[in-house]
Amino acid sequence: MIDTLIHILLLLIMPPLLLGVINRVKAVFAGRCGPPLLQPYFELWRLLRKGSVFSSSTSWVFRAGPLVSLAATLTAALMIPFGGHGSPISFAGDLLLFAYLFALARFFTTVAALDTGSSFEGMGAAREVTFGCLAEPVLFIVLVALARESGFLSLTGALTYASGGMWPSGAAPLMLMAVALFILFLVENCRIPFDDPTTHLELTMIHEVMVLDHSGPAFGAILYAASLKLFVLGALVLHVALPFGAMQGWLGWISFIASMVLLAILTGVVESVMARLKLLKIPQVLLMALSLAAFALLLTVR
Amino acid sequence: MTLTGSLSFDASNVVVASALLLLLAGVPGLLCTTAAAGQRLAAALSVLAALVGIPAALVAAFSPPGSWLLFWGLPFGPARLVLDPLSCLFLLPVFLIAACGALYVVRYRPARTGYDRFLTVLYALMPGSMAFILLARDGLFFLAAWEGMALSAAFLMLADHEEAAVREAGILYLLATHTGTLLLVALFGVLYVVTGSFAFPATGALSAAAPMASLIFVLSLIGFGAKAGLMPLHVWLPSAHANAPSHVSALMSGVVLKMGMYGIFRTVTLFENIPLWWGVLVLALGTISAVGGVAFALGQHDLKRLLAYHSIENIGIIAMGLGIGMVGLSTGNSVIALMGLAGGLLHVLNHATFKALLFLGAGAVIHATGSREMDRAGGLLRVMPRTAAFFMVGAAAICGLPPLNGFVSELLVYLGLFRQAMGGSGVAAVLAVVAIPALALVGGLAVACFVKVVGVVFLGAPRQPLQQDAHEPGWQMLLPMGLLALLCVLIGLLPLAVAPLLEVAVGWHPLVQETHGTLATSAPLGWLSLMAVILLGLLALLTLVYRFMLRRAPCGTSETWGCGYLAPTPRMQYTASSFAASLVSLLAPVLRPHGHRPDISGLAPKPSSFASHVPEVVLDLVLLPLLRWSEERSSVLRRLQHGQLHLYMLYIFVVLLVLLLWAL
Amino acid sequence: MVSFLSNHLLILVMLLNFALLSTGRLSLAVRLATAQGVLLGLLPGILHPLNWHLMVITAGIILVKGVIIPWLLFSAIRAAEIKRETEPFLGFGATLVIGAAVTALAFLYVPRLPLLAAHQGHLFVPASIATLLTGFLLLTTRRKAISQVLGYLILENGIFIFGLLLAEAMPLMVEAGVLLDLLAGTFVMGIVIGHISREFSSLDTSRLSALREK
Repeated sequence: MIDTLIHILLLLIMPPLLLGVINRVKAVFAGRCGPPLLQPYFELWRLLRKGSVFSSSTSWVFRAGPLVSLAATLTAALMIPFGGHGSPISFAGDLLLFAYLFALARFFTTVAALDTGSSFEGMGAAREVTFGCLAEPVLFIVLVALARESGFLSLTGALTYASGGMWPSGAAPLMLMAVALFILFLVENCRIPFDDPTTHLELTMIHEVMVLDHSGPAFGAILYAASLKLFVLGALVLHVALPFGAMQGWLGWISFIASMVLLAILTGVVESVMARLKLLKIPQVLLMALSLAAFALLLTVR
Repeated sequence: MTLTGSLSFDASNVVVASALLLLLAGVPGLLCTTAAAGQRLAAALSVLAALVGIPAALVAAFSPPGSWLLFWGLPFGPARLVLDPLSCLFLLPVFLIAACGALYVVRYRPARTGYDRFLTVLYALMPGSMAFILLARDGLFFLAAWEGMALSAAFLMLADHEEAAVREAGILYLLATHTGTLLLVALFGVLYVVTGSFAFPATGALSAAAPMASLIFVLSLIGFGAKAGLMPLHVWLPSAHANAPSHVSALMSGVVLKMGMYGIFRTVTLFENIPLWWGVLVLALGTISAVGGVAFALGQHDLKRLLAYHSIENIGIIAMGLGIGMVGLSTGNSVIALMGLAGGLLHVLNHATFKALLFLGAGAVIHATGSREMDRAGGLLRVMPRTAAFFMVGAAAICGLPPLNGFVSELLVYLGLFRQAMGGSGVAAVLAVVAIPALALVGGLAVACFVKVVGVVFLGAPRQPLQQDAHEPGWQMLLPMGLLALLCVLIGLLPLAVAPLLEVAVGWHPLVQETHGTLATSAPLGWLSLMAVILLGLLALLTLVYRFMLRRAPCGTSETWGCGYLAPTPRMQYTASSFAASLVSLLAPVLRPHGHRPDISGLAPKPSSFASHVPEVVLDLVLLPLLRWSEERSSVLRRLQHGQLHLYMLYIFVVLLVLLLWAL
Repeated sequence: MVSFLSNHLLILVMLLNFALLSTGRLSLAVRLATAQGVLLGLLPGILHPLNWHLMVITAGIILVKGVIIPWLLFSAIRAAEIKRETEPFLGFGATLVIGAAVTALAFLYVPRLPLLAAHQGHLFVPASIATLLTGFLLLTTRRKAISQVLGYLILENGIFIFGLLLAEAMPLMVEAGVLLDLLAGTFVMGIVIGHISREFSSLDTSRLSALREK
């Protein structure tokens, strides 16, 4: 019961902190002081109190987009374990629901973008679905490999096994899967080198360009959903990359929070030292992630 | 002609009676004074047949199978009819979509001429014949009903035969369906040789070790697969479904294709044991159809052609379920068998609901824009908000998004594949491991495709002026769509409600019977309802909070942000082709898109136009060249076709003579 | 422990295959091939007990594959003034996917081979076949002469991995002969590359078809 409460509190409160950490790391690399770590929270608070402007060509679909994608991401967050502690909701087959909830969020985000009738947002939506198509098989290959190794069809079962019992025998496939998932994590969360969350040059963006027309509380919901997605997929990467299995009780929670912050720092470092890829290169990198994941699967099946 | 059986008032007799009512629903209308009145009468009778037939079929599925003998005076003995749970399951979409379509057409295409009277009769004859296909347990009667369906579908899809494209599609359809029928004739011939009767063997009566077993299976796979539209036997499907009137497309795509899948399911039930390679073959074909269908759909900009390609995709998903289920049967794994077969069957029901819904919605779109081209539409949500909402439900359901029905059946298929990939070994496990990411890719591509459809057709601003009186269609068109959308939501929210039906329908096999009642325990159907409640609860909460915030702070309206450009026009919106361009170019080695690129040169280039197009690769680049080649090679045979009547009589005479000599 | 180390080295080798298939930058490709060669040079040292035979082979391999061949190739790149493999016959993404499929095939094929029981748990045979086929892929899909040389090198690496299983039985002279062969081959290709680039002012080997007798 306590664990469930902590899980829900963590997923509600912690995500924007990661954005703050990433921004701080990037600022340090650029030789600036950077905004306070809690800046994303302030921004969310500010957006929630603001008024909204709606485009005259939009309909209820535009307003539903951010809400549906936030609800779907929150639901998915209930099914992923956080650091050695099982998730509040877990059943055989939940990994499929987890993946498809993100597809639901993608559907509504892109449809809302097309509702504005702007060609720029159409571009962003087209890119989002294109890269989504290539990213989903990567996730599923990793899930098959984990399910086959662990014998579990639930995220908690499979991921707990990956961060526990699988380490001695399957370090190599786990590392490969971690790399593939990290690429997936960067793509899905629109980080450099795949997309730039800070640029406002519309032609080069994916996620940011889709939400150009949202304002006020709806934009706050988008920002929050994005940080939540970062958090949830980050937890997925960490479970494959780190052996949480040894950590029990409070140690598990503390080590999870610490490694989440470390992941954010790593993301910030990647963003600082890498340039953006050409858009045409992104499918190729995703194919590379696909090959890595397939290779890892091959090593586990063998 | 007499019918014998247990003629008491029980559910299975009611089902047969409503099938007969459906078959002849158009006939009384011929006596009406106007064609329109006849059409309304036919609609009323079809709806009545569905209202009686669907509950009766649901009851009959849980009763002992009913059987009848029809003495119809033809040689080879009486026709046999049996109603078992598998037939009941396939009967549900037949009744449902027939009634929806019959009601829809009253507003969509009101009957005026004598020709329309003919079409009204056929529109009841087609689903009626399908009901009898499902009841038939005898080769001859089956083929008669099969041809009744195929021919009435042909006439119905030729309704607009003034257009050359429609005629061409119709001829292609007739060629394909009769090639398929030819193989079915061969199939029943082989069955006759094996069993000595045209009656279907009893369930599980054939042994796969028998000499002709594999021949029987392959013949049925090709013959029925051509009707179902499995790739690469799908060549006739896109143009046929695109060129038929929308209510006919809904029936063809929603139900006629399922008759092909029914044939394959039925053939599988005849065998007591199945070799592994049958299941592997079906799974492989299903995977190819699913990926290929959705990839080609992505490149289309004709709304109905796109939906037609999605039918190929969904037939592929059904075949994947059937294939992995067959693998489970042959390896003796009852859970995999249950998951695969139940997933395939549930997808039959689901695809019937959402694909019919989407085709009916497409009809409404065509009414409003006067064209099937998506790039001429836009912003229809403002004109027809209810149609748009129903269409969006169908679009989300066909993408397999939770909490709608498409997700439930895909989940069952996934679970079968995962269990095979986790525990199995050998070629079946390898194929399952490949099929899982393939199915994920299908999901991703389907989302891309339907985001494109919904976004381009219903959202944004109109790209071209709409028809003068573009408005929300009448209740006769809205009610069927709303009903189908409601079903998509209900099955998605309460999947446990359909579980018993699926269990009895797959219960023919002793292996699955052992696990009777475990669909609820081995698949997380109850959990899905819970998660749907959580998702919708969160959404409701967020909506309330959002509304509260909107009311508290000022709210303005303005133009869409044009990124600094001051004179945006609706024609600058992203089109269907541009939305799919990057994915199509990634898939170019398979899709072979070709474009007409304008030549732009000089300082002041002349106005020019650009167009791109994804062809039907199997037909245009493989089949037609092959046929042309064989036509050239066999031109010698043309001399036999010279127009001299007496020489034709000579051919017949010679054949008779040869047969006589052979018989000596 | 030995099999743990060697298996992970071989996984790295196969990852290098993927990287080679997906890059178009020639200098990076040469570095990757060098890394693969050096990794493979370390393998005999891990597998077998130390003796002078082994040390000579290891030193020779690292010298040839890690120093001389890369030096030759880099000078050829400099001489020909090219940086990238542009317009390969098949796109980088497609070759990568085929490469992954081919690796999977190698893994599926191995259980059918009549291997010694001692060799069955190892990755040698699948890694060898996968690397060999990767070399073929590079040879058939790339246009530039330097990529062709790299393909040839990778192919040889594949054969080398297979040879590791037989290293006990493989005489020093055979090993040395193979290395010398490789060196001479690369050397000749280096000269040819220089000539191609001077004659056709490009390194496109498909242009060589112009030399065909009419």
